[in-house]
Amino acid sequence: MKKLINKPEDLVPESLAGMAAAHSDLINVNYNPNYIVRADAPIQGKVGIVSGGGSGHEPMHGGLVGMGMLDAACPGEVFTSPTPDQMEAATKAVNGGAGALHIVKNYTGDVMNFEMAAELCLAEGIDVEAVVINDDVAVKDSLYTAGRRGVGITVLAEKICGAAAEQKQDLKKVADICRQVNANGRSMGMALTSCAVPSAGKPTFEIGADEMEIGIGIHGEPGRERMPLKTAREIVGIMSAAIISDLPFQSGDSVIVMVNGMGGTPLIELYLVFHELNEVCKGKGIKIVRQLIGNYITSLEMAGCSITLLKTNDELLKLWDAPVHTPALRWGV
Amino acid sequence: MVSQKKLRAWIEVLQKVYAENRQYLIDLDSAIGDADHGINMDRGFTNVQADLSKTDPPDIGAMLKTVAMTLIRTVGGAAGPLYGTFFLRASTACAGKTELQAADVVAMFEAGLAGVLQRGKAELNDKTMVDALSPALVAMKRALGNGSDFRQIIQQGAAAAEEGMKNTIPMLAKKGRASYLGERSIGHQDPGATSSYLLLKTAVDVWG
Ligand SMILES: Nc1ncnc2c1ncn2[C@@H]1O[C@H](COP(=O)(O)OP(=O)(O)OP(=O)(O)O)[C@@H](O)[C@H]1O
Ligand SMILES: [Mg+2]
Repeated sequence: MKKLINKPEDLVPESLAGMAAAHSDLINVNYNPNYIVRADAPIQGKVGIVSGGGSGHEPMHGGLVGMGMLDAACPGEVFTSPTPDQMEAATKAVNGGAGALHIVKNYTGDVMNFEMAAELCLAEGIDVEAVVINDDVAVKDSLYTAGRRGVGITVLAEKICGAAAEQKQDLKKVADICRQVNANGRSMGMALTSCAVPSAGKPTFEIGADEMEIGIGIHGEPGRERMPLKTAREIVGIMSAAIISDLPFQSGDSVIVMVNGMGGTPLIELYLVFHELNEVCKGKGIKIVRQLIGNYITSLEMAGCSITLLKTNDELLKLWDAPVHTPALRWGV
Repeated sequence: MVSQKKLRAWIEVLQKVYAENRQYLIDLDSAIGDADHGINMDRGFTNVQADLSKTDPPDIGAMLKTVAMTLIRTVGGAAGPLYGTFFLRASTACAGKTELQAADVVAMFEAGLAGVLQRGKAELNDKTMVDALSPALVAMKRALGNGSDFRQIIQQGAAAAEEGMKNTIPMLAKKGRASYLGERSIGHQDPGATSSYLLLKTAVDVWG
């Protein structure tokens, strides 16, 4: 394992220190408990949008804190959910009297820690709604399992809910919008190589030079199927078919698309993936009205990508287009 | 009977046990999870050790509450809230006590397990820590009912936990990260069931 680190246990705080130094105009970083808040938090009368999860997915979530998106992000250890005390402190720090929305990715640890945090916040008189994101079509959905993982749609939900909160919509409405985004979005990922958790010191999984993992999670958890490597066109074909048939997305639908890099895949390949996806969508009469291409929800140095489609409407599109100013996402300002 | 000192010794030895088994638990979690369970448990109990050494809790309940709050604060993952809730409920069951009779120890485990079930909503055979903890409780209750002595009660609990842990190997995971694997989770021992077995095995080693 080769990494640009000092000591594995110092990676998260030292990286946070770098973010704080680089983006002091946008964010403030608190240590012990660790959280990142908008520089101008709390904003009176505005719903606080709080998210969090294990580190190693940068820029999500810390890089998405700022005007028009998250009010606070709680980074856990690498690939490990943050803890309730972080979430409680972050929620308090951004509470402007209008309550807070917790955007939670559907992983057992994240869900249970956010549940405990919400109990603590409620006990302090802060209104909290939690929405659990579960958009990964690679996982079979069932009432009897932990269900689908939360992946790419998280980024889109944070942008859209952040815009709604910025317009001072109330907590119930912002939470409804979040649920609507989750209900209309689907994603799937794939990996060419493994990632290595710094404190584990070695790759999370073995994968042959001529193999790929379809349906990979953002922590290197195996997905649907290990297969021989195929062309980008065939890979996008497999992923888009799984996504499109799941919602299902239909001819005439307008979609916001994210082609996301897992951390170790160059942009030249991500644009090629977008090209292939664009062809698939054209062929099916699905209209791509906005697109985001780049590394937004990563898995350390893993090579691979994920594709996210969100069926959109005028309301969601307006919120998507609203100004945003965060370290990793910026437009309209 | 377990004195407060012996209970504290259990927690202290657990720190060593999880440090020694760090890689083993990481390896189990890499097969069906995200390779962090050994890291989480080691970090949690190292912090517990540090926090306990700074305090002199008046009774076992207070001591276990420190354990719980530290785990909740520093473990994260699924194991943090689950073991945190286990020790929080255990602490309530031991409130005000400075020593535990066999029945108190069983009641402590029973309260802890009830907390895990409430928090995680797992059922038996879902391939989680519940598959080690639940049979352990059944065995301890049976032994207590039979009038077995303290040592036998704990031993039978640990033996049942070990069997439960091994029984997770052929199971299909229905909760936690491993459930995302579906059929592919079969054939691997659950890391959480393993750390739960170590909890009981260490109790035998320290109290026995
Ligand atoms: N719902 C549940 N109920 C009881 N035990 C569970 C549940 N979900 C997971 N577990 C246990 O937790 C263990 C995994 O703990 P671990 O510390 O690795 O957390 P994690 O699942 O990786 O958390 P995170 O997803 O936040 O990283 C599993 O082996 C299983 O025994
Ligand atoms: Mg794990």
